[in-house]
Amino acid sequence: METLYVICVGVLTSCGVYLCLRGRTFSVVVGLTMLSYAVNLFLFSSGRLNLKDAAILGMSESYADPLPQALTLTAIVIGFAMIAFVVILSMRARADLGNDFVDGSEPADSNKFIKPNRDKA
Amino acid sequence: MSVHLVILPILIPLIGGLLMLLPPFAGPAKYQYRRVAAFALFIAQITTSIALMQMVMQNDGMLYAVGDWQPPFGIILYADQLSAMLVMLGSFLGLGVTLYSFAGSDREGKYFHPLIQFQLLGIYGAFLTNDLFNLFVFFEVLLIASYTLLMHGEGKQKTAANMHYVILNLIGSSLFLFALGTLYGITGTLNIPDMALKIAQLSPSNQLIAQAGGSMLLVVFGLKAAMLPMHYWLPSTYAAASAPVAALFAIMTKVGVYCIFRVYTVVFGDEAGELANMIVPWVWPMAIITIILGTIGALASTNLRTLIGNLVVVSVGTLLITFALRTPEATAAGLFYLLHSTLITGALFLIADMLGQQRGKALDYFVIARKIKQQALLGILFIIGAMTIAGLPPFSGFLGKLIILQSAATATQQIWVWSIILLSSLMTIIALSRAGTTLFWRYSQSNNSNQQPSVSKWQISGAVLLLAASPLLSLFGGSVVEYTDNAATQLHDVPYLIDVMQLEERGQ
Repeated sequence: METLYVICVGVLTSCGVYLCLRGRTFSVVVGLTMLSYAVNLFLFSSGRLNLKDAAILGMSESYADPLPQALTLTAIVIGFAMIAFVVILSMRARADLGNDFVDGSEPADSNKFIKPNRDKA
Repeated sequence: MSVHLVILPILIPLIGGLLMLLPPFAGPAKYQYRRVAAFALFIAQITTSIALMQMVMQNDGMLYAVGDWQPPFGIILYADQLSAMLVMLGSFLGLGVTLYSFAGSDREGKYFHPLIQFQLLGIYGAFLTNDLFNLFVFFEVLLIASYTLLMHGEGKQKTAANMHYVILNLIGSSLFLFALGTLYGITGTLNIPDMALKIAQLSPSNQLIAQAGGSMLLVVFGLKAAMLPMHYWLPSTYAAASAPVAALFAIMTKVGVYCIFRVYTVVFGDEAGELANMIVPWVWPMAIITIILGTIGALASTNLRTLIGNLVVVSVGTLLITFALRTPEATAAGLFYLLHSTLITGALFLIADMLGQQRGKALDYFVIARKIKQQALLGILFIIGAMTIAGLPPFSGFLGKLIILQSAATATQQIWVWSIILLSSLMTIIALSRAGTTLFWRYSQSNNSNQQPSVSKWQISGAVLLLAASPLLSLFGGSVVEYTDNAATQLHDVPYLIDVMQLEERGQ
């Protein structure tokens, strides 16, 4: 279970970081969302993973740490609000600036990165 | 009542800000009501913070267990002399900014006054909390208020700057949570002094993980504080924000600096065993290069607000140097400099805005434009602000830089600190005198009839309130330095903090 969990967090984080480095707001917003998912999973695991323990004292011999659950819940709520804000902001930026680049304008050398035969297709 | 004094600076802006969203304060026509309410709230905050300061001077540290959950389990608010001083700094800056906005800039958006309150709620909370996750929550409160405040007044430039600011800070928040998860997983606590106890007892393999977590935290705080290499967002963001907002943001970088001081003195300080002072070798070079880059940016700026934004970066670098010296004397010098630089950069942003209003389309850009209408008044304000920030006597900047220079103890430290701070002061003087000559003396002769309105009395009173800190901090320099000395000694006294929380008795 630990291996699967670690792979999930790792893949989500690296996808998030990669997408955050993109030039357009849509991919950056998706990247930030993935990063916040990864962070929520990571916070949850900080209380150690176990399958069948209750978070209440006295119910079983070992018990799950309840604090990471509370932390994750807080992080989810805050992360959700922040993502909602950044979605609205990027729509506003698209309207105000006339394009969806994070820098507010198309980079001067962007045609280098776009295949020239794109228009023909 | 006095027991609950610690939480009052958080409750007043919270409740006040929420009430301002409801009738009779809501609605575009009711702006006068909101102004009165905002002014009353600031008077209440200043009174509370002064009471809090007096209390901590008599009783040392004040502990407040929210919901009466005792440390290390509950969320603990803790007011010592340092946090009480910073709360008062925040409330004074807020009052100055709000007075300035009464001239009309608060009507550019519907929710200016409530948002200012929420922003200060987050700032006070970050200063008063003693729990790392709670610190994260207050960071988010102050950030979401700052995202919206940055958009206040609207405009393309603001949207573009805000986009960068929001994305950077969201990544910063994710990193903050990663760091907290790591530290909690290793130490099993989020309470700052409790973590300090646990960090010293870690096994070598766990120390590595704790070091990774602590280093990630430095990135987060460095981003907030605009430490190199995370400072590129600052000048453009501050130049784009409307004047009162930019002036209020002058304290935001100091929140990051405060967190570096608090966390890396208490948790990773002298008592942390193997990990003691682990980030100091990193902070030294970064602080010096931050100053150098900020100074170069100040020289290269094309308008006054970008110049002041770069001077904020310089002041952050100077504060980080006082952190890296790692003595209570240096910390005390840094705290004095923090008080001075926050208020003066705030005042300078307001002055730049007033200058811009009187120069028509040229705004505060360094180009030849029409003559400024109230040259004498604005000139005097500008020269006081400029002399203070550059560190010329008799103003507070001189005193602040002098005690920083004195606090460098060894010869190597002296070489670096003296040369960097003095050279950057010289460059600041050059940049500011170039700015001043262009803004005030080089104007077009042909068009001298200036139809721009005079600056309002609210704007003057807001700027003067903040600028008055400069002569006052010099006049009462002795007692202020004495206070910051005590605050710094208290900050460095980690065993005392652990004792106040009664952590050792509870741990057994």
